[in-house]
Amino acid sequence: MANSLFEEKLDSGKFLVTTEIGPPKGTDISEMVHYIDLLKDKVDVINVTDHQSSVMRFPSLGGCLLIKERGGEPMLQVTCRDRNRLAIQADLLLAYQRGITNVLCLTGDSIDVGDHKEAKPVFDLDSVQLLRVIRTMESGMDIGGNELKGAPKFCIGASVHPEADFIEPQLIKFEKKVAAGAQFFQTQSIFNLDSLRRFMQYASQFNVKILAGIILLASARMAQFMNDNVPGIMVPQPTINELASVEKGKGLQKGIEIAAGLIKTIKEENLCHGVHIMAIGKEGIVPDILAAAGLVGVQP
Amino acid sequence: MIVAEQKPLEEVRRMIAPYQRVLILGCGTCMTVCNAGGEREVSFLHSALKVAQLKSPNGTHTFSEYTVKRQCDPEFLELLVDKVADIDAVLSLGCGIGVQAVAERFPDMPVLPGVNTSFLGMTSEWGVWDERCAACGDCRLDDTGGICPITRCTKGILNGPCAGSKNGKCEANKDMDCAWILIYKRLERLGQLEKMRRYYPPRNFRTIPRPKRLMSKANTDLGENDG
Repeated sequence: MANSLFEEKLDSGKFLVTTEIGPPKGTDISEMVHYIDLLKDKVDVINVTDHQSSVMRFPSLGGCLLIKERGGEPMLQVTCRDRNRLAIQADLLLAYQRGITNVLCLTGDSIDVGDHKEAKPVFDLDSVQLLRVIRTMESGMDIGGNELKGAPKFCIGASVHPEADFIEPQLIKFEKKVAAGAQFFQTQSIFNLDSLRRFMQYASQFNVKILAGIILLASARMAQFMNDNVPGIMVPQPTINELASVEKGKGLQKGIEIAAGLIKTIKEENLCHGVHIMAIGKEGIVPDILAAAGLVGVQP
Repeated sequence: MIVAEQKPLEEVRRMIAPYQRVLILGCGTCMTVCNAGGEREVSFLHSALKVAQLKSPNGTHTFSEYTVKRQCDPEFLELLVDKVADIDAVLSLGCGIGVQAVAERFPDMPVLPGVNTSFLGMTSEWGVWDERCAACGDCRLDDTGGICPITRCTKGILNGPCAGSKNGKCEANKDMDCAWILIYKRLERLGQLEKMRRYYPPRNFRTIPRPKRLMSKANTDLGENDG
């Protein structure tokens, strides 16, 4: 039996569409709830980010509980930046016990890019170790070697960067993640389909599902800002030029067009197993991207 | 060696404010090499404190200066017995170890830190020092081509790079090389990339518990340090 609805879909061969929500900074969850309701029946999974860009927010686990309450399929994002192995295992026990059984295992951005730059970086585990921690817990033991009273079962995945400017060490790490038990990958943002094609030529030898990360760019300025400040994002100059070429106020429309164009080609050419849409603060636009990509009505 | 930098003059002046007779104590080993607290820096700080006192009085002070070979070695601290007989505080330009060693040797004497101890590192060029060792107690440099990921990767991760490096630089600091790209290139050069493909389990932070104590094998074998 599948460990989650999402795991069932992973094995179904359908083109998967996932997206993510960044929780609020504060206790007012009304906007997040609005996005959950808007998106839960349009995508296969909603990720909730874990202090994305090292900015302190409402926790991923809290957002996932809300998704669950409202009848959606949540993906818990767990980074290694803020919690040691005790805290991470405890969160995973709670997640499983409350029906949250999809986990994306990430190293986490550096503290230095966030809004609490003086905090202590934890990184007791890394992403490969985290994947293995989860597989160990599933066997009925914690990683201290103690028996668990009730073991969790998860569908677990990780991230990979097909457009990294120095790809070889990234691929070595990708293979370590596969060996550690990752079932799926939501990639860092893809802008160049040739690099995705190259990556898939290589990655198709592994029995894992690849979801291409698609980021919504709202303007040339935002693209440039992300290049300068957001780890793992490299928007190529032609894309920035394309965004800059439209008249003022039309940037978002262009961004939707670019994202939808990528998704459409990926699906038509069957380049990988699905897409993961990152709208970064513009979660309400995701349905427009889906519509522009011709994906409305086929989900879930 | 241990690398440190001198505290700002204003902070030093605030610390010494309650004390009249202050011995500025240098250290002749690491602190001399990293230009933070050797004989020369003791003399400069002495002058700077005197000038500052003339410009804006901050209590009345008389200063003396002295530099020992190593503040972290009790043997050399015996030379201080006479020097501390008629003073009110020691302003140590030793590293954090030196400050504590002096404080332990002279329990009635306030000992003030004049430097911020920063890291274990090496001289990269004149006046530039780079951190190279985290003193983690579990050296794996064989696995990583002689480049320490604990120290040189901002996340200290063991199984390869995160996705954050651009142009070979770290996401946390665009002037800093990504340690894992350096490790990859070095292992490739040595024909040892299989070491990067291995899985490394979570670190054992209990290798030597804090505060750490190390006894030389000779001592433990002879039972000299029992109890």
